[in-house]
Parts: sequence; structure tokens; C-alpha cells
Amino acid sequence: MTATLLLIQTLNGLQFGLILFLIAAGLTLVFGVMDFINLAHGVQYMIGAYLIAAFSAWTGGFGWGLVLALPTALAFGLLLEVLVFRHLYERDHLDQVLATFGVILFLNQGVKFVWGAAPLSVPVPDILSGSVEIADGLLYPVYRLAIIAAGLLVAALLYVLVNFTRVGMLVRAGATNPQMVSALGVNIKRLFMIVFGFGAMLAGFAGAMVAPILSVQPGMGDNILILAFVVIVIGGIGSIRGAFLAALLIGLVDTIGRSFAPNLLRLVLDPSAASQTGRAIAPMLIYIFMAGVLFFRPSGLFPVKR
Amino acid sequence: MTELTGTQTAPAPSSSMRIDSIPLVLFAAFAAAPLLASASGAEGYVLSLLTRIMIFGLAAMSLDLILGYGALVSFGHAAFLGIGAYAVGILASHGIEDALIQIPAALGASALFALVTGAISLRTKGVYFIMITLAFAQMLFFLATSLAPYGGDDGLTLPNRSLIAGAGLLENDYAFYAATLLCLIGAYLLSRAIVTSRFGRVLRGTKENAVRMEAVGFQPFRFQLAAYVISGMMAGLAGWLMANQAEFISPAFMTWQRSGELIFMVVLGGLGSLHGAIIGAAAFLLLEEFLPEILHAASFLLNDDIRSRLTENWQMVFGPLLILIVLFARGGIMGLLRRPHHG
Amino acid sequence: MNATIKTLGLAAAVTLAAAPAMAQEKLKVGLLLTLSGPSAVLGQHARDGFQLAMKDLGGKLGGRDVEVIVVDDELKPDVAVTKVKGLIERDKVDFVVGPIFSNVAVATHKPITDSKTFYISPNAGPSNLAGKSCDPYFFATSYQNDQNHEVLGKVAENRGYKKVYLLAPNYQAGKDALAGFKRHYKGEIVEESYVPLNNLDFQSELAKIASMQPDAIFTFMPGGMGVNLVKQYRAAGLADRIPFLSAFTVDESTLPAQQDAAIGMFGGSNWAPNLDTPQNKKFVQDYVAAYNSVPASYAMHAYDAALLIDSALKATGGKADDKEALRTALKKAEFKSLRGDFKFGANNFPVQDFYLVKVGKRPDGKFQTEIVEKVFDDYADAYAKECAATN
Repeated sequence: MTATLLLIQTLNGLQFGLILFLIAAGLTLVFGVMDFINLAHGVQYMIGAYLIAAFSAWTGGFGWGLVLALPTALAFGLLLEVLVFRHLYERDHLDQVLATFGVILFLNQGVKFVWGAAPLSVPVPDILSGSVEIADGLLYPVYRLAIIAAGLLVAALLYVLVNFTRVGMLVRAGATNPQMVSALGVNIKRLFMIVFGFGAMLAGFAGAMVAPILSVQPGMGDNILILAFVVIVIGGIGSIRGAFLAALLIGLVDTIGRSFAPNLLRLVLDPSAASQTGRAIAPMLIYIFMAGVLFFRPSGLFPVKR
Repeated sequence: MTELTGTQTAPAPSSSMRIDSIPLVLFAAFAAAPLLASASGAEGYVLSLLTRIMIFGLAAMSLDLILGYGALVSFGHAAFLGIGAYAVGILASHGIEDALIQIPAALGASALFALVTGAISLRTKGVYFIMITLAFAQMLFFLATSLAPYGGDDGLTLPNRSLIAGAGLLENDYAFYAATLLCLIGAYLLSRAIVTSRFGRVLRGTKENAVRMEAVGFQPFRFQLAAYVISGMMAGLAGWLMANQAEFISPAFMTWQRSGELIFMVVLGGLGSLHGAIIGAAAFLLLEEFLPEILHAASFLLNDDIRSRLTENWQMVFGPLLILIVLFARGGIMGLLRRPHHG
Repeated sequence: MNATIKTLGLAAAVTLAAAPAMAQEKLKVGLLLTLSGPSAVLGQHARDGFQLAMKDLGGKLGGRDVEVIVVDDELKPDVAVTKVKGLIERDKVDFVVGPIFSNVAVATHKPITDSKTFYISPNAGPSNLAGKSCDPYFFATSYQNDQNHEVLGKVAENRGYKKVYLLAPNYQAGKDALAGFKRHYKGEIVEESYVPLNNLDFQSELAKIASMQPDAIFTFMPGGMGVNLVKQYRAAGLADRIPFLSAFTVDESTLPAQQDAAIGMFGGSNWAPNLDTPQNKKFVQDYVAAYNSVPASYAMHAYDAALLIDSALKATGGKADDKEALRTALKKAEFKSLRGDFKFGANNFPVQDFYLVKVGKRPDGKFQTEIVEKVFDDYADAYAKECAATN
């Protein structure tokens, strides 16, 4: 019984971690390559969710909705880049934080203005609805498995892109030594646009994928943004590999810790004290984990060499 | 990673006189404001708003001390507001209502928290420092929400403001205003003394070039930690004031959004001038309070429905306003004040 | 947000201008509601409910013209305290109607009631304001927070469920909710599960529920959390196997997002949109026509708050200055509530009926909760006896 429960929780942690990875990947690239803190990355996730809600209602299907939502998220990311972000690359981090916070305020209120304050709903696509029995009496939703598959697919795609293409080579070079890359005559402006647009689209994709299982509402990107920052800091800024590993670790620590912390505490405390302490500690777990990692590795698990 | 410097050029000698007069004007305005309050006919409201501005100004200034002078971006500074506030709440609910005990407790707890978390956080640099300070603040936030005897998530109403040597002197809004102003001026003078001292010069030196400071025989870590502790204690004092101003404590005082707001106040006002942080806090809070009404008044030609939608969505104006300030007013509001005298 | 909303409309304004000698100054009512952030929809229901009542009352309360001032508390208690002082001292309001959230109520009740301004809550009913800290100037047209949870506990007991699984967010209101449920439920509680506030994903809890096979689950998951839980509970295939008892989890503010996934799930309430009285039918019909959504209980409570103020001012001849007379008149609650039976207990919280409600689909394709059965008759809250006779 406990073994199957552990299996399910591991799957859950994996799925949560992969969603985090989709968001963190773009964030860590933009940060690593462009040295740009983009707080507005979370609202791009929110925009992805709103776009799929709008487009899947309009086309009547999730698949077509996704086909329309992804390029729109990309276009929206590029629009923001041209309007706001590209004027901030030369600025220091605090200016970037302030300006991108302005973008958050505007867009959080903006989606409310356009779509209303009430949460929106996106139906689970028909072919992915329902559950499969993965162990005796334990059902697991097909859509969750689809999220895991999609997340792994994107991770693999990113691996190939970053390691075996010219753009990927430039991205890697840019993360370690941006001056050198521009000195070599690469159009750094265009590289930045590509990286930025791609990151925005990944965040939008994550938003679109979770829309059928979560509520689509204003401000939904704010908390996930903080988690994404936790992920990229643990992984080491600029490192896709680090972000992948850290995202899965955070997903697992949060999910498994939450359901097993009280049980573990019961070994040393009496049941009521264990459940009380467990409840107090559970939400802190990922922050304790981050502080621990940074204590031993102040530049994250995979520091990018400078 | 670029360092958090460079936007500010040193003011030209001719303009430094003008700059130095700003804090005088600022504190004179705060001192004179109660007269305005009593004339307005809504004195409690005006005083409460101004007191809040001074409290946030104090908190933002404490952050400026490490951010503007030491390039240490703490994204968990609201935790100290929480510590100061909970010192009031927890002691008061055990019958200890005297500020003479509460304030030392608030300062001591803040110092201890700053010492422990600072010693760990200062091992990291740049964004890693930002995130690890956030992590500690989040732990404290979740701890506060689990404190059921002290209201948990809902928070706790205080029966009255803190006593001073057994007397309820602070119940009067004017007296509390004066006490807050005194705290602010005291903290300002202390901070000013710190940044002009040898200690302050070393701190600024570690911001410019930590390796060089080490080479000439200073240990940056110790100076940074000392500054972090002092800054934390000032913010703890702001927390004590905030609890007394609202007569209420809650974990909402130390959300990460609140830490972010403090950073914005500092950047908005202009880094590394101390009084810039106070001006930033004033600008932020006044905009938050009055932008809806300004919008309402400015849109008098439009129909009522659009007007109410516009005022309800004031953040759609506030957001772009922040972006414009960053893009066109380098160095924040202090940068604007300085500009005409350049060249 | 201090939007001064002209409830009178242009035509009325013209008439006023034509009659320069005004008999009385306008009555001022401040609405202190959460109108930004993820929970804004709750504040909107309350605001719209109040505005609808103003329309039905011809823009007047107790015969006096009214200025309604809407203020957003941003769900920050300390911001709310300053805004409240602005309402009281600058705008000089006679009533404050609000708030939505208990932490705002706890923070703001003192400055409001200390100034002898009447504070009427259209939702928040924290236990200390119903008990020890009850106040002659604080009234609730809603309920004490625990009561909706008690309904489900009673239902679980009545139906003979042997094993129940409890699920709530890890904060004060969540703990209070489970305590409220246990007040009437005496069976076995297989697990009390707490998730972090603003938790997005319930897979781990759902896995536990599936493996434990309880007779029912009880949960309190307000707002977006409830939307997520309901959709995931349905997707996990549990909805048809294990009854879903809840409070503040499936209501008209979340149903537009939960839709079919919530059909058949249970809630506890003091009212439902399908309550069969002519007055309520008209209210729901008008609300849907005006705002294109089905009213939730927040809208109903705010509507009732307007009726309550109207009734009290009628009794005092429109005078709001004699606080004592006005308080006595409020206390009598001589208005016809949308929910039917209504009177105030000693602590100024309602004594009213409570129902088990169930989610259903309306003929127009929208969703609403519908009454299944009455669970409590003329029910007062558990804290009223702690309220030292302030009245």
C-alpha cells in the first residue's frame, strides 16, 4: 500500500517538477544569456493559460487551441521584448526588477479587464480524459501522464537544441562569455530576441498545459514565478541541466515531503505533535531545501563558469 | 553578472548643497504636516497615512543602507517588519505592553535573526543572495501562519497601543506621529553617521571591489554582516511601529510581495542617499492611495461606467508608470532632482 | 480605490440640480471589499449585490439619497486600516459594508467601531467577533464562519457515514473549518489532511483518498484552490464513488470555472439561488440580467445589508445621527430577507436556517447550487454565548 502510494506521489512530484522546468528553462536562459532578471516571466505563463482558454473555447478543441495559443504566446513575448525589455538589457538588475514588476501589475489587471475576475475553465481534451489503473484500485489521470510526457519531450528537445545546433552553441557561449560572442560578430540582438521569444513560448506552453487541471485566474503566475526562481537558483543560473534537475528535486521534495513528513516525524514524536509539526514544516520544505543547497554550494548545483 | 552600480554618477560639487537641503526640507515637512492634518478635518486619516509613510520610509531606508551602500539586495526585508510586529503582539498577549520591554525585544530578535541568516546568506552573491534571503523570510512567514495562539493567518488585534513606562502616551495620534518621526530622524542620523564613517567607506568599498578591500586587509564579510544586522534592527523597529499604527499584527506584514515593495520604494526614490528611500516610500504609498482618485478626476469627460472601470483598474496605469520611471528617470526620483544641475 | 460611484444616474442628477434646496445631506455608505487579486470575484459579487439593492430601492436608503463609496482593501489588512480611516474621517461615511475576508475584518473592526460607525459584514464572520470581541456596532448579514461547516458535519452524522476524510488549507480558517465540521460529526476521521495555502495540485491527497476509501470527504477549499480540487477530484474518477461534502468550495463564484465537474457535489449554505420565494426569484433574475452571472451568497448578503440599512433608517425617520436609536432599529432587522427567516442573535449575528445544497445546471446553461434539504432551523452560532451582553 505504502509502496504504491509512494509510486503515485513520485509521479505527481515528477509532473509538478516538469511544469516547473518548462517555466524555469526560459527564465534561466534569459537570465544566463542576457543577464536579465525578468519578473514578468510568470505572467507569460498566465497569458499562455488565458490564451488556451480563449482559443479552445473559440475553436471548440484543445488541440486547435494549442496550435493557435503557442504562436500567439510567442508573438506576445516578442512584442513585450520590443516594447519594454530590450530597453532594459543595459540597465542594472534593480531597474529590470522594477520595470518588469510594472509589467506584472499591468498584465494581471489587464487579463481581469479583458476576461473578468472570475476564474476561467478549460475542459480536459476528450482523448486524454479519464484515468488508468496503475495499481490495484489506484487510478491515475491520463492527462497527468500526458503532461509528464510533454515535459520530458520538451526537455529532450531543449537538450538537442542547446547541444547540437548553432543557436544552441551561441546560447552556451553567451551564457559563459557574452562579450566574446558579440566580438565574434554574432548579431547579439537577434540572438537575444530568439532566446527571449522561445522562453516566453515555453512559459506559455506550461500555462496552456496546466489550464485544464488548474483554474485560470489573474495573478496565477506570481507564486509559480517565485518557485521558478528557486529552481534556477538551486540549479545554477544559466544551466538548463541544473534547472531540469532542480525542478524535479523541488517537485519531489514538495510532493513527497508533504505527504510523508508527518509519518516520518511520527517516528520521533507522538502522533498529535508529529502532525502539528509536520503541518508547520511542510510549506517551508522547499525553502529549507534551497537554503541548504546554497549553504553548501553558494552558486547552485551546476554553476556556469564565468 | 553586472554589479548593482553604475547608474549613479556622483553629484557635481555645485549641486551637493542642494542635495543636502533635501533631507532638511523633508523632515521639516513631516514636522509641519500635523498642522495640515488638523486643518483638513480628517486628522486621523491624514495622520495615519503620513505615519505609514514614515514607517515604510524607515523600513526602506534600512534596506537602502545595505542595498544602496553595500549592494546587498535583501528580498526578505519584510521578515524584520514581521519580527518587530510579532514582538508587540506576542508580548502584549502575555500582558507585557510596555515599549521599554517590547522595543529591546523587537531589536534583539531582529538582530539575532539577521545575525544567523546573514551569516549564511552572505556566503552567496548576487541573485543567489536575493533568493536565499527570500527563503528565510518565507520560512518565517509560514511559521507565523502556523502560530494559532497568536491568530495564525487571521492575525491578532491589539487591545491598545504600547505603553511607555506604564503610561498610555501613544494612544493620541499626534503623540504617536511624533514618536514615529523621532524614530525616523534618529535612524536617519544614525545611518548618516554610519555611511560617512570609516565603516561606511569600507562597506562602499566592498561594493565597488570586494577583492581589493580584502587585499588591503579588510574582511568584507564582517562589515557586510554588521551592516546587515544594523539594517535588520532598524526594520524591526519599523515593524514595532507598524503594529502599533495598525493596532493589529498579521503574517501579511511579511509576505514576499511586501519585501518586493520595499525594494521598489528604494529604487523608486533613488539608491544610496538614505532620504531617497523615504521619498520613494512616500511616492509609492501616495500613488497607491490617490491614483484611483486622480484617474477618476482626470476622466471627467467619460461616462460613469468607463470611469468606474478605469478607477478599479488603476494598476493598469500604475504598472506602465513604473516602467516609464525606470526608462526615463535614471536614478529614481533623486536622480530627477539632481539632473537640472548637471553639466 | 476610492471610486465614488454615482448611484443616482444622470436623470436623477438633473432633477437634483433643479431642486437646489436639498432637504437632507446625502447618506454615505462605504463598501470595503477585496476587488483586486485572485479573490476579486468575491468582492465583485458583494458590490454588485449591493448596487442591485440600491437600484431596487430607487437609489435611496430610508428615504435619503445615498452616495456609495467603493474601496478596495487589496486583501492587505494594514492597507485596509488606512483606507477605513479615510472612509470614516475624510468621507465621513455613516456605514461601512464589508469585508470579504476575516483577516481584514479582524484588522479593521476596531477603528470602525471605535468611531461609532456601523460595520455590516456581507461575508466575514470570524469567531472572536461573534464571541469575546463582539461589538454593538458590528453586524453580520452573513453567518459565523463555522456554521456552513457544521451543516456538513451534521449531514455526515445524519447519513451515518462511518469514515470521513478531511481536507483543508494549512491556515487558521482551514483549521476552524475542520473544527466546525467535527462539532456535530461523531464518527471516525480517517485523516485530517492539510495542504499549503494556494496549493495548486491535489494529486497526492487524491491518491490517499482513493487508497483509504472513506465513506465521504469533507473539504474547505475557497477560490482557485476549490476550482482545482473539484476538477482534479472529478478527473481522478472519485466524484461518482465518494461523496464530496464541502463548504465555500462549490458556489456561484467558482462554478463558472468548475462547470460540469462540480455537478452533484454538496455544499452547506444559508441560501441558494433556487430558493423558492417570489422576492428571491426576482433578485436572481435581475442579477443574472444585469451582471450575466448567477449571484453567490456574497451578493445576497450585500443585498440584505442594503435592505437592513434601509429598514433601520426608515424606523429613525432617515436620521443617522442618533446612534443609539439607529442601533436599536438595526437590531430589530425589520426587513424581508432574501433567505426568508432572519433575526439577529445577542451578538448581532443572524439566527437563520441552513441547508444542504447541491450543484446543478440551470436551463440557461449556467450553474448554481440548489437546495437539497433543510439541516438546521433558526440556528444560532456557537460563540454567541461568549458575547458578554453588549446589547
